[in-house]
Amino acid sequence: MKILIVDDFSTMRRIIKNLLRDLGFTNTQEADDGLTALPMLKGGDFDFLVTDWNMPGMTGIELLKEVRADDKLASLPTLMVTAEAKKDQIVEAAQAGVNGYVVKPFTAQALKEKIEKIFDRV
Amino acid sequence: METQLSTPTPDMIEELRQCAAALTEKLQGDQYEEASALIEKVTDCRDRHIFQSIGKLTRGLHDSMKNFNVDGGVCSATNEHADECEFNDASNRLNYVMELTQNAAEKTMDMVEEAAPISLSLGQEAAVLKTEWLRLRQREMTPDEFRGFYERLDKFFDVTDTSTKKLNENLQSIILEQGFQDLTGQVLKRVISLMSEVEDNLVSLVKIAAQVESVVGIKPEEVKAQAEKEADIKGEGPQIKAEEREDVVGSQDEVDDLLSSLGF
Repeated sequence: MKILIVDDFSTMRRIIKNLLRDLGFTNTQEADDGLTALPMLKGGDFDFLVTDWNMPGMTGIELLKEVRADDKLASLPTLMVTAEAKKDQIVEAAQAGVNGYVVKPFTAQALKEKIEKIFDRV
Repeated sequence: METQLSTPTPDMIEELRQCAAALTEKLQGDQYEEASALIEKVTDCRDRHIFQSIGKLTRGLHDSMKNFNVDGGVCSATNEHADECEFNDASNRLNYVMELTQNAAEKTMDMVEEAAPISLSLGQEAAVLKTEWLRLRQREMTPDEFRGFYERLDKFFDVTDTSTKKLNENLQSIILEQGFQDLTGQVLKRVISLMSEVEDNLVSLVKIAAQVESVVGIKPEEVKAQAEKEADIKGEGPQIKAEEREDVVGSQDEVDDLLSSLGF
């Protein structure tokens, strides 16, 4: 299972990476915004995308829309892990086709549950 | 600061009254030239009031601008750029907070990442030794195996000693690393107090601006709805007072409820 973690804060990427490792996912790569993430996704056979919302360059929601609009990536399971907590935003992410939504600060348990739920369904 | 600008002084009103009375008199007596001279006097009087008001406003504005320099010592005597400088200082401080929190997070994670494999291998070795120990107690061990076990146990005590020292060291430095909370807290407090002073000064500037508007006779424009709509989709970062806002979720449970109401 190859996972791409997209967040502009390196500490947050590291936290997510560590949590994923604890869950048994060791094959992870990182990108610091949508603009760097998109070519990586297009070029490398990723199985799962974990992205923040608020990033310079290209935001997570824009990245999600790009992913859903791309023939090859359209069905890529995507989890949003973000501090954005407005209901409108969650609804928008849902409409854009997000598979799970975790608000920061989050617990290891919450992240684990959402990831398991996503893979149960896929 | 106290600025009563749009109300004319009693002297001025008295002057206007006298002019008005004289004007009626002259007009009734068909003395048009003198009447127009009086009208000119009335306009002069009003202009003088406006000029005086603008003078006061300018001084008020100047005072407000000067007040932006809350922390005089930092920016030396160059009052001209005092406000700008103070803001620079504030953003420097905030950058410092970012740097400190990032460093603390990195260091803490370094310590944990270093400690995790140590405790893992201690645990694994202990488990192996425990099964060996059980075999020894049940007298299932050959003398050769026992010699191996004996040496392995010896080594394990040494490793346990150095490993736990290392683990304690790391735990200690994780604790120390939390000192960032204190440092950043102090810096943030200063920035917050700067912000509230700036806010106060802005309020008095707005008051002055409102008075300028009433003296000169400009009505404030109404623009709002558009900007509010656009803000929705943009990222806002962490919600500081989620529990006080209707349009924001306060917990992961609320996110889950909202999503399941959407059919997730």
